[in-house]
Amino acid sequence: MSSKRKKESPESDGSTRASNFPDEVLERVLGPVKSHKDRSSVSLVCKDWYNAERWSRTHVFIGNCYSVSPEIVTRRFPNIRSVTLKGKPRFSDFNLVPPNWGADIQNWLVLFATKYPCLEELRLKRMTVTDESLEFLALSFPNFKALSLLSCDGFSTDGLAAIATHCKNLVELDIQENDIDDKSGGWLSCFPETFTSLEILNFANLNSDVNFDFLERLISTFSQDLTANQCSELESAFNNCKNLRTLSGLWEATALFLPVLYPACSNLTFLNLSYAALQSSELAKLLAHCPNLRRLWVLDTVEDKGLEAVGLNCPLLEELRVFPADPFDNEIIHGVTESGFVAVSYGCRRLHYVLYFCRQMTNAAVATVVQNCPDFTHFRLCIMTPHQPDYLTDEPMDEAFGAVVKTCTKLQRLAVSGLLTDLTFEYIGKYAKNLETLSVAFAGSSDWGMRCVLDGCPKLRKLEIRDCPFGNAALLSGLGKYESMRSLWMSACKVTMNACRLLARQMPRLNVEVMKDEESDDSQADKVYVYRSVSGPRRDAPPFVLTL
Amino acid sequence: MAFERDHDLNLEATELRLGLPGRAEDQPTEKNTPFSGVRGSKRALNEDDSKTKDFSNALDTKKSDQESVPPTKAQVVGWPPVRSYRKNCLQAKKTESDLASGIYVKVSMDGAPYLRKMDLKVYNGYSELLKALEDMFKFKVGNYSEREGYNGSEYVPTYEDKDGDWMLVGDVPWEMFISSCKRLRIMKGSEARGLGCAV
Repeated sequence: MSSKRKKESPESDGSTRASNFPDEVLERVLGPVKSHKDRSSVSLVCKDWYNAERWSRTHVFIGNCYSVSPEIVTRRFPNIRSVTLKGKPRFSDFNLVPPNWGADIQNWLVLFATKYPCLEELRLKRMTVTDESLEFLALSFPNFKALSLLSCDGFSTDGLAAIATHCKNLVELDIQENDIDDKSGGWLSCFPETFTSLEILNFANLNSDVNFDFLERLISTFSQDLTANQCSELESAFNNCKNLRTLSGLWEATALFLPVLYPACSNLTFLNLSYAALQSSELAKLLAHCPNLRRLWVLDTVEDKGLEAVGLNCPLLEELRVFPADPFDNEIIHGVTESGFVAVSYGCRRLHYVLYFCRQMTNAAVATVVQNCPDFTHFRLCIMTPHQPDYLTDEPMDEAFGAVVKTCTKLQRLAVSGLLTDLTFEYIGKYAKNLETLSVAFAGSSDWGMRCVLDGCPKLRKLEIRDCPFGNAALLSGLGKYESMRSLWMSACKVTMNACRLLARQMPRLNVEVMKDEESDDSQADKVYVYRSVSGPRRDAPPFVLTL
Repeated sequence: MAFERDHDLNLEATELRLGLPGRAEDQPTEKNTPFSGVRGSKRALNEDDSKTKDFSNALDTKKSDQESVPPTKAQVVGWPPVRSYRKNCLQAKKTESDLASGIYVKVSMDGAPYLRKMDLKVYNGYSELLKALEDMFKFKVGNYSEREGYNGSEYVPTYEDKDGDWMLVGDVPWEMFISSCKRLRIMKGSEARGLGCAV
């Protein structure tokens, strides 16, 4: 089924080959190489390897849909069966990007329909996907097996109905945290009665009529993953789910209902309770049954006591995410504090991923946490009030993040918050040598801070900054660096249009895009998005995106 | 009525909050232009990298910002960084549970033989509540003023709060009122005279 490559003459590249290694053998050898980073390395060895790699590659990962065109991708890789595409800048999740910005999947699908008729998997993040696109997808790819849409927009349950109706071989359907127009109308029941291939079904929080008999039938064949909307009606199903590994959804989780889950929990490795407002005692009782938990997502309604229970019951925990139940209400003072964080760190020494929303934190607590858990690869701390200092000492939170970068040498992703001076960024530049993604908001004192990061972090790929006092000098100091990065986002900083124009002029292989706020003056560049691209400036930019 | 406009009520002074005194949990204003209302603005002008200077500047700006905090807290766009999807889900859940549980209180009027019950949640503020009371019990309430209460009216709306104290309706911010009100009593004007002076 894969395209056959034409036989190339042995001396076609003009050099004497060390060995006449048949192309097909090299391709077979490269077949098992899956990681796209490894494949990138392989393709750089020599022309033969570049060709063998491109013919044998079956999965392509495109971290920024505008960094390359569909034509370039399909020309280079003829045999793709699985595509992962990411679109909008991450801050679009938080309403910082106006609607109709772009990242529409349609042009990609149209070309894939001709070039990759055997396409099996499509994973999209922050893309715009219309119902028409979903229907086109469902009708164009007879072998289609897996669709994953995360934080996408532009479609409704009608589009999902088209998928359910036409994708006869669907194995995985993963629809999460999307901006969907929920028209109800029972899209789930569009799956044919005899449908048995579905193994992963994840569609949290749609209010559609859920046919529970149908779901129950589906669930009894699940061996690995299950998520559902209203689990309260799946009580009998849970008794059959001894092999359950992940569980999420749980909107209606109440104290009465949770015990229903207990028999299914012993092998649970991932538990997503982030839409269920559990109290600490309810969580504690549940966790007593989940000794194998590796990943846990909760709401801060569980409070510090709930997190103490996490520390006590889940020694194998690797990832913890604590989301705020009332993020926009400043008058409610509950949620989690530094003591919950510390409690988890004492009990869960293998923790390497944390996302923690809180209203108070101290430098000492963070230092303790990383001392207990030095293996952090992802450390995302969100102190919810901007510019908030250490609430005990009233000092900036510089030392907290200093401790993180000094201790956690494997750190790949960092999000900072609280009152921070340039010192934080000096620490980051000096110590965070494996850092790839950095998110900064309401922090820093001057251009120097941003310069420290740009100069000091060799592996930096994504830098997103909002509401910081970083200006032109900082932006332009990264001139030589941005081509080695995926993207830079700066909004509500001190960057001017002229500096952006200068950057665009000096670096033709970067796309420099500016979006201006309504009331800003002509010289300010309110939102700047800079990214490398081999396909030149966007051709589909809406009027409010200025390409410089 | 005077208490409809928040800034006349001096909400900040009566607000219950936890946290160290003197800390303003104010948020920057909605405008996303560089540093409108953001504490960092003064620090930005300081190109000198001395750390202690930065730090003391930070403290200074914090203190001066407290004086200029607007009475109503505006929200910053996209902060805290919670996905719109999650935000909408939580809002929906909150509205659901808000709608589900009303705040029902008994209402009595001096001289009337029967008590009534009202759901305080359905009203958006004092003016709506008082209008509803007037309609329910067929009386007119006078003009409210912070200093003199309902001066000159025949009937005065009062309520019993969580601590068992009898208070004048309108003295505290609306949100605080509906969370602390246990029951309402429409008193005869003559009896209510002492309440207007209660702190």
